[in-house]
Amino acid sequence: MTNLDLILLILMVVAAVWAVMARSLLKAAIGLAIVSIVITIFMFEFSSPLAAVFELSVCSGLITVIFLSTIGLTRPLSHKELLALARDRGRRYGFLPLLVIACGAVLAFLLLKMPLDLEVAKNTIVAGAREVLWNARHLDLFGQIMILLAGVFGAVLLFRENSTDEW
Amino acid sequence: MPSLLILVPLVGILVLNFLFKFVVRRAAFWFALALFATQVIITFLHAPFFYAGNADRFNPFFKVVFNIDGISFVALLCIEIVCLASLVVARYTLHDLSQRFNFTNLLLISSIGMNGLVLTSDIFSLYVFLEVAAVSSFIMIAFRRGKRSLEGAFKYIILSAVATVLMLAAIAILLLACSDTSFAAIRQGIGQSPESNIILFSVGMFISGLFIKAGLVPFHAWLPDAYSAAPDAVSVLLAGIVTKACGVYTLIRLVVSVFGFRPGLSQVILLLGAVSVLVGALAALGQNDFKRMLAYSSISQIGYIVLGLGSGTALGLAGAVFHFFNHAIFKSLLFVNAAAVAEEAHTTDMDKIGGLSSRMPVTGSTSVIGFLSAAGIPPLAGFWSKLVIIIALWKAGDIAYAVIAVLASILTLSYLLSMQRRVFFGRLKQGLEDTREVGPGFSFISVLLALIIIACGLLFPMVFNAIYAPIKQILIQ
Amino acid sequence: MNGSIAEFFWVFAVFISMLAFAGFYCILVTRNLIRALIGLEILNKAVTLLFIVVGYITGRQALVQALVITTIVIEVVIIVVAGGVIMSVYRNDESLDVRNLRNLKG
Repeated sequence: MTNLDLILLILMVVAAVWAVMARSLLKAAIGLAIVSIVITIFMFEFSSPLAAVFELSVCSGLITVIFLSTIGLTRPLSHKELLALARDRGRRYGFLPLLVIACGAVLAFLLLKMPLDLEVAKNTIVAGAREVLWNARHLDLFGQIMILLAGVFGAVLLFRENSTDEW
Repeated sequence: MPSLLILVPLVGILVLNFLFKFVVRRAAFWFALALFATQVIITFLHAPFFYAGNADRFNPFFKVVFNIDGISFVALLCIEIVCLASLVVARYTLHDLSQRFNFTNLLLISSIGMNGLVLTSDIFSLYVFLEVAAVSSFIMIAFRRGKRSLEGAFKYIILSAVATVLMLAAIAILLLACSDTSFAAIRQGIGQSPESNIILFSVGMFISGLFIKAGLVPFHAWLPDAYSAAPDAVSVLLAGIVTKACGVYTLIRLVVSVFGFRPGLSQVILLLGAVSVLVGALAALGQNDFKRMLAYSSISQIGYIVLGLGSGTALGLAGAVFHFFNHAIFKSLLFVNAAAVAEEAHTTDMDKIGGLSSRMPVTGSTSVIGFLSAAGIPPLAGFWSKLVIIIALWKAGDIAYAVIAVLASILTLSYLLSMQRRVFFGRLKQGLEDTREVGPGFSFISVLLALIIIACGLLFPMVFNAIYAPIKQILIQ
Repeated sequence: MNGSIAEFFWVFAVFISMLAFAGFYCILVTRNLIRALIGLEILNKAVTLLFIVVGYITGRQALVQALVITTIVIEVVIIVVAGGVIMSVYRNDESLDVRNLRNLKG
């Protein structure tokens, strides 16, 4: 399976670089969705189905929808400003693919032959993800509820119109 | 039980939203005030619980282990007091009832986040509650939708999220070696491979993430903008407790309970603390905006707390915790005064205001107490905590750092004196003749904070013993 | 046995680092607020993959899945709040150039 893994990893990095460099924000959002899908495939491959479903539905689904709606609801710059930015763009982003490949090459050279100099703690408990989430991590669940509450407040307070909407 | 501290605000939110919305909104403020006062009382009632040695208490409601010791007691007390102060300031500065209502709700969520952060003994739950506190802070900075507030909020979001990513990556790498994410498991996992470079790297990443959250130089870029652009009540909250609980408290907790005082780590912490102390003080000298100067002053004071931590001794740690408490009180007091000035004089530009103490006597005099404590003048509380930190550094052999701390004290005195002179003393500037003193509630909170400072300063031996003894016990473990 | 685990981990670590580098670069260099958010998302994806790989190596998929799910929930809330801030900026100002907002210096 390792060859397939390598291909997927390369696809992931290419999609990420495309998302950063794409001129149109819509294409950037699609690049992000592709990265999410590759991660989902890895999750399925590494026997984490619960997280895979979550990642697929939330990250490639919900977050892409949020991005697209934010992009759609905010008009782009005027044509003149776009031209002014575009000239600058090549200089700023042009080096990214080379830098990423260079970073990968340097790290691969340094790290690939290194042993893991720590004791890897192997699993001793056999339990499903659902049991762990619901039985062992109560505080995290409570925290999630709190942050969702905060998110609801944030969405209501920040997204409403400037008119006399009362909450 | 300590989980009340997390559950009571949640009940408060539910009551506020489902009951008060339909009844009376104005009463929401008094309700929240009563709630926070109750939280303070709950914290004090649990004091013997907290001091009964370094026991990790198993909490029956959440079925997890809580982290109960002297340091968390001080932090919880600070959280409740500063939330109270922020609430009172909001009552007098947010004039729109619905805005006040929303602020109260967000304040309750933020206090749940910070209380949970202090109480948890699992590194991943620490991250979760950190995010709860951070998200509620983002919304609180941005919800009035002024242009500057939105920019400050966005910068804070991005830098805070980068810090989060660093911390999460570190947790992931640590999971390779540790069997669980609780503090005990991580301590054991690190202990099993002491020479590992990977673990060193991940610990370094985690600490860097915490430095960004704490606002230490050179990761402080978001702090002045966020503090000065936020609404006044939110600045009180941010400066008084949020940055400190999220960044400095977690740093103290992790170094003491999880990572241990490795020599390399201590050196890095000392260095960054010293740099923050100096850069914060120097930058504060050149500011013209009241709140921005106070923001840079916060960076400097957090450097002091970190210096105390870096000394590695029980005395230094006690000094750090005491300064944590003092800073919460005096910085909140100074920001409350800044809110009062902004409210009555309608500007925080120090070039435009002057001589206000003739028109605002209460604000002026409490500001004097706040600034004396911040500058470290005896017999106020700030003097004692700085003295303890300097002595601890001296005794631990970090003479250079002790000298830097003393020098920075002089700088602190000079910029705070300049602030006091420009804003309150001197002749009344034109156009300010009809500024009145702020209302009784506002004055009440300033006077209360000032009294706490004076009391802690005069009762220093008792207060300090209450902090020092448990810490000695913790460090022996 | 340890050797192959190490190699597996390092291969993934190299690619995760490349992803993280792209994310950091994006946040550093961009002038558009939405693109800064995209960079943030890329960083989050890198960390998620790191968690999954660590879970697979140590055989603790259950714990790691619980952690990843929590992380995803928090990530969504942050995106929503940041999106709200961006929308409010747009309503005040009608442009999304971050260069526009560099006036809080000092």
